[in-house]
Amino acid sequence: MQKQKRKIDEFLISFKLGFFLAIRQMRRSNKATTALIIFIMTLTFLNLVVVRGVLIGIIEGSTEIYQKYSTGEVFVSELRQKSYIENSPSMLETIKTLPWVESFSPRYLERGNIEADYKSRIRLTDAPNSVGAIIAGINPVAENNTTDLSSKIIEGKFLSLGDTNYILLGSSLLKKYMPMDSASFTSLRNVKLGDKVRIKVDGNTKELTVKGVIRSKADEVDFRAYVLDSVLRNMIGRTDYNVNEVAIKLKAGANPIVVKDALLNSGIGDRARVQTANEALPKFIIDVKKTFAILGDIIGSIGLVVAAITIFIVIFVNAITRKKFIGIMKGIGISAQAIEISYVFQSLFYAIFGIGVGLLILYGFLVPFINTHPIKFPFSDGILVAKAGATFFRVFLLALATIIAGFIPARIVVKKNTLDSILGR
Amino acid sequence: MSKIIEVKNLTKSFKTGDKELVVLNNMSFEIEEGQFFSVTGRSGSGKSTLLYQLGLLDHPNSGEIIINGIKVSALGNEERTKFRLKELGYVFQDYALVPELTAIENAAIPLLMQGFGKKEAYQKAEKALHRAGLTDRLESLPNQLSGGEQQRISIARAIAHDPKIIFADEPTANLDSETANQVMQTFSELNSGGQTIVMVTHESEYARLTRRAIKLGDGVIVADGKPENVI
Ligand SMILES: Nc1ncnc2c1ncn2[C@@H]1O[C@H](COP(=O)(O)OP(=O)(O)OP(=O)(O)O)[C@@H](O)[C@H]1O
Ligand SMILES: [Mg+2]
Repeated sequence: MQKQKRKIDEFLISFKLGFFLAIRQMRRSNKATTALIIFIMTLTFLNLVVVRGVLIGIIEGSTEIYQKYSTGEVFVSELRQKSYIENSPSMLETIKTLPWVESFSPRYLERGNIEADYKSRIRLTDAPNSVGAIIAGINPVAENNTTDLSSKIIEGKFLSLGDTNYILLGSSLLKKYMPMDSASFTSLRNVKLGDKVRIKVDGNTKELTVKGVIRSKADEVDFRAYVLDSVLRNMIGRTDYNVNEVAIKLKAGANPIVVKDALLNSGIGDRARVQTANEALPKFIIDVKKTFAILGDIIGSIGLVVAAITIFIVIFVNAITRKKFIGIMKGIGISAQAIEISYVFQSLFYAIFGIGVGLLILYGFLVPFINTHPIKFPFSDGILVAKAGATFFRVFLLALATIIAGFIPARIVVKKNTLDSILGR
Repeated sequence: MSKIIEVKNLTKSFKTGDKELVVLNNMSFEIEEGQFFSVTGRSGSGKSTLLYQLGLLDHPNSGEIIINGIKVSALGNEERTKFRLKELGYVFQDYALVPELTAIENAAIPLLMQGFGKKEAYQKAEKALHRAGLTDRLESLPNQLSGGEQQRISIARAIAHDPKIIFADEPTANLDSETANQVMQTFSELNSGGQTIVMVTHESEYARLTRRAIKLGDGVIVADGKPENVI
């Protein structure tokens, strides 16, 4: 007991003296060197947070796009073996009554074929200018309320109620926006606004005028063609009004999981698949998301090691060049602990200032800047994801690495023979 | 007078290659409390080596050192550090001040290490600086001060915590004769106040100012007594 108390007292004294020494050593050290070390710490911190943040942000961006323009926060779709959601009208009634639902868009879907230039095609043996696509029948008002899809029109106009002779084409169906061609992957050539195209669904054909082109960067949206729900319903003879999917937009703050559970509890689960936006993501995005997170962690870990080595070298050089004074201090009775603590404080100082500057740059500049100027990727608009929890964890990691990296070299030098240190041997 | 240091059969040797150089050979002597004691001898005779053994900065090969009744040669490293902190003071030839610390901070660190509060430590440090002859420029860094001034800080640091013994290795060697005389004057004053001082010097002029001297040669004490007789 007594001995323990003495140890604690000694530690407190060493702690105070270590702080005393560290402050003075830093205050009287070379300002440029200090600034450089802090700069390195800042870069390391940003490397740790930003690289991962951008990698995840790319995916987060595409996740957001999927949620926003395709699935909504909660997504109801047909069961795997079924070609539609049975008893859809009553399901839609149920959805309508849920208090969290802001709006929802039921969609009819059918695989079909879109052909252009069929009038100028001379010989039947000529390859048609056509593309296979999923034709979606939508209520444009409900769709727009739910997914704001009209904001993604890049040519022409969005559908209006009554546009029974018009079609919207997803940009990926057009060669202009999808310059890829292979036997298995075709697209429409030279189709302009106002051109007539012929859609063939379920053995029925209909001639429609191209009203607009849509591009959201979500494949699910961009590989589809959109017509009015009534048009498609008639073509496929869906007289029972059974739809294939419903995108649901929730009121701000509503929890998608709660809504999903509510839908499942109402028995809809027997007829349809109910998913939150995250669950409804295409598999490739989920895979890429995982891969990028791992990649970000690997790059971050390397950054962490580099930071630790940097601090190690800085403190080691500092301690080695001050070996004589360390020896003298030990000679006159200053404890090894106090001297080690003084170096831990110094490295902590570098870490705190480096991280502080890094946080300032991160939240004061980078995050808001990238939010307003997203990084353009083919499949998303990348944002910088730096959630407070994850950032704080990295701050903690970096500080810990710094403390250890400062302590070890200090200890190495402090452990050297006192007299040898004093005499510079 | 009571004995403050007892040295019994002290031997210290160094291995260089396969040769063994015996610097202190089975040496025994005693130093009384309150003594102003000088160690002389030509260069390489082992003066510094002896001082490092007495000052607990080095480990002898064999023999015993007893300071103030404590067998210090048997203490472990941590206890030696504590013993040095409490009971001993050092003045080195090259002052050995910590360059980032001001005069008063340099003098205060052993006191802070002893657990004194900052205010009390600074008061004691200031008093020690005054006794050592430095009354102003207490906030200056060592490199802003002259050699003599730095040596005064070094002395102040050595005496601030009222140690049992002060060890000084050639404290005047880097100083001009006038400054050196002032430093010797300070030592004499401290000794008059009862302070035990063990000083190494190869300059007879300064050995003469002490009260007892030994002369080393070939690893043994070749003369011991009043300085004027030893030199
Ligand atoms: N660590 C060591 N390894 C090997 N030899 C050493 C070591 N330390 C001291 N010596 C040798 O021991 C002898 C005594 O050295 P010491 O420094 O004690 O002499 P000194 O009397 O203080 O000399 P000076 O007046 O030049 O300071 C010298 O020959 C020196 O070379
Ligand atoms: Mg010497």
